[in-house]
Amino acid sequence: MQETTSNPRIVEIRQNVLKKNDLLARGLRKRFLDAGVYVTNLVSSPGAGKTTLLTEVLTRLGQRYRVAALVGDLATENDAERLRKSGAQVRQITTGTVCHLEAEMVERNLEGWDMRDIDFLFIENVGNLVCPASYDLGENERVVLFSVTEGEDKPVKYPTIVNSADLAVITKVDLAEAVGFQRERFYEALSEVRPGIPVLEVSARSGEGIDEWVSHLETAKRSCKEMVSTS
Amino acid sequence: MHELSIAQSLVELAIEAAADAGIKPVKAVHLKLGTLSGVVKESLEFSFDIVTEGTPLEGARLVIEEVPVKVFCPDCREAHVLPEPFPMRCPVCGVKTGQVLEGREIELYALEGGEGDAGDDVESTDR
Repeated sequence: MQETTSNPRIVEIRQNVLKKNDLLARGLRKRFLDAGVYVTNLVSSPGAGKTTLLTEVLTRLGQRYRVAALVGDLATENDAERLRKSGAQVRQITTGTVCHLEAEMVERNLEGWDMRDIDFLFIENVGNLVCPASYDLGENERVVLFSVTEGEDKPVKYPTIVNSADLAVITKVDLAEAVGFQRERFYEALSEVRPGIPVLEVSARSGEGIDEWVSHLETAKRSCKEMVSTS
Repeated sequence: MHELSIAQSLVELAIEAAADAGIKPVKAVHLKLGTLSGVVKESLEFSFDIVTEGTPLEGARLVIEEVPVKVFCPDCREAHVLPEPFPMRCPVCGVKTGQVLEGREIELYALEGGEGDAGDDVESTDR
């Protein structure tokens, strides 16, 4: 016989609210790993130059590897069209009103692509320095981009995303002098929120730093493969 | 603003967990929210009320416990809670560290049932 109690009953649950996303992301990560795809998730504010830079990187990598990209925006196919000029296979993800990409969107948009036919996959997230931080997409590496035109203190203004990133890329460095970009202040801000994060300085226009990024990607992919073969 | 979709996930998870644990009605949902989670507490509270409307969770309170950042200091070889999330420096020796142990969580921690919650058919008279 059950006794009715008037005391509140508290039951411990302890479950990650983003469990569904994280489980999907884990599945994606395994799928990428098994097929030997190296996946990069690019995050930045709108206008930092993700698409221009990515077109450049895809073009260079595309000479030696099979490359693909998913690009997230609230609306339009514009970025996918720009990226296709690199020769890569590209799919646009339009999110409607959603301000970030989720693992489910990535999974859905990979349908029909054979992962074994891809060496490098880039996921260009929706331009937003806040929300994408919360969502694991199964990537190997999260790259946060800041342009020199955004000011030196952007990292401390948006610390959460920087803290979740593996690499920081400073874009449009050909404009650094023109806009009076103070490098030291920027690096200091970066290390306040993500000590030890590696940084690359690039310019899609002058080509500066692109080779370094490409070789960083190649090295990362190789060590990823070695990890798999020794595990 | 991704708090609406986080609230959606939270409510789905809580409804499931409440059914599993036989909690009816749910009086409160307890959430642990890390200061590095990227979720704005106020937006989540606002979204929670909207999302729970018309669900078994309607009327439940959302109780948020904020979890500060805890880092591992490689010099002290100890974990320390930061008084502020940034700068990421050991509060004891001042060494910079990015090894975050706590502060990123978005965790449904507990569910609170009220009167009449004994797995029977007694309707709550509260509210």
